[in-house]
Amino acid sequence: MDINPILLLAALMVASTPILLAAIGELVVERAGVLNLGVEGMMIVGAVCGYIAGHSSGNPYFGFVGAACAGAVVSLVFAVLTQFLLTNQVATGLGLTMFGLGLSSLIGQDAVGSPDLTVAKLSFPILSDIPVLGPILFRHDLMVYLSIVIVAGVWAFLKYSRAGLILRAVGENHEAAHALGYNVRRVRVFAILFGGACAGLAGAYISLVRVPQWIDGITAGAGWIALAIVVFASWKPWRLIAGAYLFGGVTVLQLNLQAEGLKIPVEYLSMAPYLATIIVLVMIRAGRAPASLGKPFHPSS
Amino acid sequence: MKRRTLLATGAGAALAAAMGMPARAQDKTKVGFIYVGPINDGGWTQHHHHSAMEMVEHFGDAVEFVYQESVPEGPDAERAITQMALGGADIIFTTSFGFMDPTVNVATNFPDVKFEHATGYKQADNVSVYSARFYEGRAIQGTLAGRVTTTNKIGYIASVPIPEVIRGINSAYIHAKKVNPDVEFKIIWIFEWLNPAKEADAAKALIEQGCDVVLQHTDSTAPHQAAREAGGVYTFGQAADMAEYGPMPRISSIIDNWAPYYIDRVQAVIDGTWSSVNTWDGISTGMVGIGEISDVVPAEVKAEAEAMRDAIAAGEYHPFTGPINKQDGSPWLAEGETASDGDLASMFFYVEGVEGDIPS
Amino acid sequence: MLRLEKRPQPSRAWTYGAPVLAVILTIIFGMGLFAILGKDPLIAIKTIFWDPIFGPFAHFYRPEIVKKAAPLVLIAVGLSFGFRAGIWNIGAEGQYIIGAICGAGVALAFYPMEARWLIFPLMIVVGLVGGLLWAMIPAILRVVFKTNEILVSLMLVYVAEVLIKAFSIGLLRNPEGFGMPGSRNLRQYPSAANLDLIPNTGFHWGALAALMAVVAAYILFTRHQFGFNVRLAGQSPRAAGFAGVNANRLVILCMGISGALAGLAGLFEVAGPSGQILGSFPAFYGFTAIIVAFLGRLHPVGILFAGLIMALTYIGGQAAEAQLNLPAAAILTFQGMLLFCLLAVDVLTNYRFKFGQREAR
Repeated sequence: MDINPILLLAALMVASTPILLAAIGELVVERAGVLNLGVEGMMIVGAVCGYIAGHSSGNPYFGFVGAACAGAVVSLVFAVLTQFLLTNQVATGLGLTMFGLGLSSLIGQDAVGSPDLTVAKLSFPILSDIPVLGPILFRHDLMVYLSIVIVAGVWAFLKYSRAGLILRAVGENHEAAHALGYNVRRVRVFAILFGGACAGLAGAYISLVRVPQWIDGITAGAGWIALAIVVFASWKPWRLIAGAYLFGGVTVLQLNLQAEGLKIPVEYLSMAPYLATIIVLVMIRAGRAPASLGKPFHPSS
Repeated sequence: MKRRTLLATGAGAALAAAMGMPARAQDKTKVGFIYVGPINDGGWTQHHHHSAMEMVEHFGDAVEFVYQESVPEGPDAERAITQMALGGADIIFTTSFGFMDPTVNVATNFPDVKFEHATGYKQADNVSVYSARFYEGRAIQGTLAGRVTTTNKIGYIASVPIPEVIRGINSAYIHAKKVNPDVEFKIIWIFEWLNPAKEADAAKALIEQGCDVVLQHTDSTAPHQAAREAGGVYTFGQAADMAEYGPMPRISSIIDNWAPYYIDRVQAVIDGTWSSVNTWDGISTGMVGIGEISDVVPAEVKAEAEAMRDAIAAGEYHPFTGPINKQDGSPWLAEGETASDGDLASMFFYVEGVEGDIPS
Repeated sequence: MLRLEKRPQPSRAWTYGAPVLAVILTIIFGMGLFAILGKDPLIAIKTIFWDPIFGPFAHFYRPEIVKKAAPLVLIAVGLSFGFRAGIWNIGAEGQYIIGAICGAGVALAFYPMEARWLIFPLMIVVGLVGGLLWAMIPAILRVVFKTNEILVSLMLVYVAEVLIKAFSIGLLRNPEGFGMPGSRNLRQYPSAANLDLIPNTGFHWGALAALMAVVAAYILFTRHQFGFNVRLAGQSPRAAGFAGVNANRLVILCMGISGALAGLAGLFEVAGPSGQILGSFPAFYGFTAIIVAFLGRLHPVGILFAGLIMALTYIGGQAAEAQLNLPAAAILTFQGMLLFCLLAVDVLTNYRFKFGQREAR
């Protein structure tokens, strides 16, 4: 066997980071009662803008900031349409994906980059040198840790903060939240913007770290997977990490098993994560989905 | 395009359509290209486009060039090709295997338009087919890979299980094994021609499993980036020279160079000598280019690889020369026998020594 | 302060006026986009919207529009039932793919037998049932386990995509295709081919089915108890419950109808315009049909027009790509804008803008 479990686990963390980032954003959006199916579109706009910002400034972190802004701007279109013009969320989200794929390609037509722009791997004193755990956990780039910090932040925000409580209330029952005097639309717009920024970061992680380069369609469906793991995690932040790492793990393990020469039906294996998500959905039942998910809200209604 | 010329050609086209004939510009030869991907994909389509532009440069004002990118295979392709024929194209190049049936269908409706389909096998009176013997380049890659590896593990990122890709694997393996009997191939199929994220993951998995050479039959530069980050890993450019990743990790490349063929075929249309042909060219005509072998390769190895390149170009050496057995040990080619083009075109087996199964 | 006020009744004028306004808005935005890309905006718009219908090559483009619109309308009509009732099947793409696989599988199993009277009808039935069964998975899970059908049907799209890719290089691969991916071409198999019913019109069996679906849906919605139940469930699930509408049965029926029609669309596409089971067969039709359903305001006749307009932007867009060397991405962006505009102006139907004091939050 040539599979090195330590390297495998380390690779898994990197492969999972983009879907984790996009998913934590979408989780907040869905907890606020909004279903934004445009994750893929926001991600790819983030990917191209991050790439351009990073390479033109020579600083990848500048790229990430640019990507987060770009993702948020694109999501603003969705926010205005669904929250103020009360369009259907499913159709608007799908439109956002179409729009984003087209727009990113237009923006990126003449994007040039240098292969030398890299995001440094961090090294922590002592921690990075721990056998086994060091290489798995403590030798990644900043964004890997940031994604986990965001997950933790979202968890704490939803569980302990007053704003988080309001956000959940809006997602569970917007009529009641409205009656209590909360501004449902404002909460949702902020949630959507946060989701867009996270999706933008996720896209930039692909174009600046994981691949790293820009070509049309580089996100290759990662946004849809992010949507899947939000459900897989039954809208709970910590489970999201498990879900993302499971998805990433299946991808990386599958490649490793192939390289090992094992006879596995690769072409069928790639549907395993989706089937697993359906099974999880059945097991958790419907009760856990935010009750107002996908329903339009207008203050006068 | 100037608005006036557009209107003028539009009017001409209308007239031609009224007569049931495709429009023809009197002096210029109109050359059309149908691409499966975007022209900046960095791989397959970009190199067809690049070659097409070279052709346009060669002819200058004598040709009018039109193209359509990102045409999905299937019914959309048929419409795109028809549209181009209606628009008055004299010759249309369709540059993906999936355009085969659409090309043949449209060709029957436009007997006066010449069609050139890349990588297919259906020829007609006005449909030529052309393809490149990339396996010749793979023989050189295999030789280099077998020489430079120290771990004796060579990774191979394979795309879609079709004969062309399998020929490449076999050719590379045979030649790596020849110069280094201890080599072992690790093959990952990603079932796509271009997916940088998957290619990067595959390259990383191969490197982590100890491969210090990664060959690829996919189009992006993502594996090079992964190799560069890992350090000490050799790669080869695919479709493009990918020289920006040299001298390390990229130590050579297989370059798709369609320009000489395109110039030749368009010239034939201009001269009125075009006839339907089945072209399968390799290193000898330059259709398969071998990128400069970088200096990190020891001089004697470089010389060996270049000698093989020259021998193949001169027709003195065939990469599939017996004795070669199939994977199951049954004999395929006897001592000194070379593979027929028919055998190569439908090759769907690994040669002896390659591990694993072809997905099907 | 500008604010929205709900109309007591949807505005009839805006019901018809809004789509027109949306198209005008899109054209204005689109002209801006094309101008930025350095193309003459008027010519670009003319190439997309005018030439395919009235231009010199309209005789070629018109049938193409019909061919492109047929699957979109067929799927969208099916979806409109569920969408009206608040049942969200967004996995039509998956049902479309499975319908194609099942239908093509039947044809390939009989190959090369010459018996169109048997094979073609059988393909239709199996394609329909294939789509239906694929839609039954989210439907039954919702009924039995209260699972969210949006997400299950979406997951099943990915599974279907994996399946068609695997089949195109495995089970259904053309044995005479030199090892290349893809099945035999059904258009060249007379017993299975779905060709134009009237030559050179693009009007194939799928287009006929789409028209029949539009008529049937219209009758159901206007004349039948089922259509009334669907509308009631969408407007007020509680009221529907009091009226004796069985919610579970409604889920099964609505999902079943949409799955069956999507399966049919897939079958007619694979036996006709597409011809082959290929990894590239899924062409986003199932998702585009969702958009078409909304553009048509979930009304069968509206969907028919929306499908034709959507098809026009594809056909005209492709023509613009070729003739003006517009990047393919520009057309995708343009379609996205069209959708945004159409959705946005919809607000005028149900709400009116008012200047004045905000009501209490």
